[in-house]
Amino acid sequence: MKLASDRTARKLRAGGLALPLVAFVFLSFLAPLGNLLTRSVHEPVVADALPETLRALEGKWSGGLPPEAAFDAIARELPAARETRQIGPTATRVNRRESGMRSVIVKTARRIARFESRAEAGEPWRRLLPEIDEAWERPESWQAIRAAGERFTDRHYLNAVDLDRDASGDVVRQPAERRIYVSLFLRTLAVSLGVTVLCLLIGYPLAHLIANASASTSRMLLLLVLVPFWTSLLVRTTAWIVLLQQQGAVNDLLVWIGLVADDARLSMIYNMTGTFVAMTHVLLPFMVLPLYSVMRSIPKVHMDAAASLGAKPTQAFLRVYWPQSLPGVAAGSLLVFILSIGYYITPALVGGQSGQLISNMIAHHMQTSLNWGLAAALGGVLLLAVLALYLIYDRLVGIDKLRLG
Amino acid sequence: MPADVHVVYEDVRKSYDGSTWVVHGLDLEVRRGEFLTLLGPSGSGKTTCLMMLAGFEAATEGTIRIDGESVQDLPPDKRGIGVVFQNYALFPHMSVAGNLAFPLEVRGMGPAERAERVERALRLVRLEGMEARRPGQLSGGQQQRVAIARALVFEPELVLMDEPLGALDRRLREEMQYEIRRIQRELGVTVVYVTHDQQEAMVLSDRVAVFNEGRIEQIDPPEVLYEEPERAFVARFIGENNLVHGTVLALHDGFCDVDVGGVAVRAACIAPLKVGEPTTMAIRPERVGVGGPPDRFANEFEATVDDITFLGDHLRVSLSIGEIKDFVAKIPNVTGQGGVLEGDRVRLGWAALNCRALEAAPQVPTSQ
Repeated sequence: MKLASDRTARKLRAGGLALPLVAFVFLSFLAPLGNLLTRSVHEPVVADALPETLRALEGKWSGGLPPEAAFDAIARELPAARETRQIGPTATRVNRRESGMRSVIVKTARRIARFESRAEAGEPWRRLLPEIDEAWERPESWQAIRAAGERFTDRHYLNAVDLDRDASGDVVRQPAERRIYVSLFLRTLAVSLGVTVLCLLIGYPLAHLIANASASTSRMLLLLVLVPFWTSLLVRTTAWIVLLQQQGAVNDLLVWIGLVADDARLSMIYNMTGTFVAMTHVLLPFMVLPLYSVMRSIPKVHMDAAASLGAKPTQAFLRVYWPQSLPGVAAGSLLVFILSIGYYITPALVGGQSGQLISNMIAHHMQTSLNWGLAAALGGVLLLAVLALYLIYDRLVGIDKLRLG
Repeated sequence: MPADVHVVYEDVRKSYDGSTWVVHGLDLEVRRGEFLTLLGPSGSGKTTCLMMLAGFEAATEGTIRIDGESVQDLPPDKRGIGVVFQNYALFPHMSVAGNLAFPLEVRGMGPAERAERVERALRLVRLEGMEARRPGQLSGGQQQRVAIARALVFEPELVLMDEPLGALDRRLREEMQYEIRRIQRELGVTVVYVTHDQQEAMVLSDRVAVFNEGRIEQIDPPEVLYEEPERAFVARFIGENNLVHGTVLALHDGFCDVDVGGVAVRAACIAPLKVGEPTTMAIRPERVGVGGPPDRFANEFEATVDDITFLGDHLRVSLSIGEIKDFVAKIPNVTGQGGVLEGDRVRLGWAALNCRALEAAPQVPTSQ
């Protein structure tokens, strides 16, 4: 008995040491992630600001417009929302459903006091509100309020994949000019895949060289791989601007050699090329390091053994070396792919318009349009895509094959 | 060239850095079907010789011929030589059967024949039923058997083994020595075997080539190496020998008298010695007679017993003969005590034939 309780106490003490880490991971990672993912489906602002209006909007409307109770309720609730400073966020959210509604709501909330006396005299809000703004005569305005008032919504997720609900609540595709996210997701996947393949093509021979060079050469090469790794990401990315811009080093060299005319300098930056080049460079160490660590553990004698058994060099490589290096290929590819799928700063700096990726759009919604719900939904879709790829990968390669170092 | 010569090294030299020779002008003939061991301390060039034959290293100078053909420009995969490596070099991502089938597969053999050959090879090394195992699931001895089977499965006529038993414990090593010998006899393949373990070389080989600093000191069957070492290095390396240093006083008829610190010792003259030259004499401890009636030997001396070690079947006695310290004699344990005690003054002697005067060797401790 004593022994068992001793062991429990010891376990508890050991667990206690890990507690700060657990708390840190929770506070800095899991909690924000959960919060953000909640935001992508939960939007209580309008529902909290206009509860009675929304209740009045339920049920069937006669003649396209909601019942008079809705007009009365919104006339009460808009000034109240203005008092509690909720009018801005409310108006913004309604506006996302029907453009122009932001100013309608803000204006109405501001002017409604002037009509109070007439309302008390018996004039119905049904007539007064359209006097403030004729938008109140349009059913679309009310539908927008009703839609924005849903506390839980799949709208952000639908929007994130270029879908929406029409007036009757059916899922439809966004109008052509608003379909941007699906193609952006696909572009992000394609770029990530491309960068992964490039990193593998460059990184595999490099890692092999480092793993098989003499100790001093190998140390130096490893240092060359690592030094950029220690340099600020911003510096490395902007270095590519210096190199690749139209008046940059590479173009100057090409013009000097005569490969390119001076008036036809290549544009290699602020487009997809720039994104590819800079991302491959930045992510290369993540490919080289796991590959190197796996390759170093492959005995050199295996290639000799394969040769002595009659295998030509290509056969020996494909049948003996490559399969043994797969855990490194898998780890490096997964690292590079997952890092590049959420890559933000490099495309933002050197991607121009055509080189933007989905994370740049997420940042836009986080910082500029302040549509956190949509940003969270885009992030959620991205997370789902990565998880799906991870599962496929697990099926194909086996996650136990992974070795990160 | 006689038909029974399989491999020839003709004045082969090897240098890695261009300034020091790892292998100096090596001439060596390997007979077809023989078990030849390259024996030597580490760094003596024996493994380099093996690797040049396998094709992993190129000879800097000289020619290696297999069946009379120079293999200078033949890559290792075209030489058709089975190689067993020090740490087995089994492919960890393939099963035992996969490892064995690999050399057959790259030769384009069909699956049915492959399976049959794999099965036969596994039976040869007594590992039936292990086909599906991974190398990591096998014991050291089993891995060694798989490595040997893999080197034999494509039926090479020549098999090279580079210290294949180095990683095994003593008991397993002895068992595997027997297995390797059995398999070699059964198949009649030529084996060139590298080891630094002289006992292993003795057990396995038809002939042993003793390497020292990139040269072959002596190449002979094990019993000849033991009984008739021609070089001081061989005398020291093979078995135990008392090495006594002295100066030649006189030569007569295959024998010589050697002065060792004022004492004259009669020895068989093996090296081409001249009067006045330094020499090193090798005397086997078991050829030294201790006690017994006088005038049995050409060389007889008074000695002091310094130390006695009981080793079961014999006593190992360490003695001083005047200036000569640490002289070792082995007394067969037939009387129970051997009749000597530490501190005793004893009479000891050896026949002139059992005392081989060789070239002068650097004076280092006799036991290695």
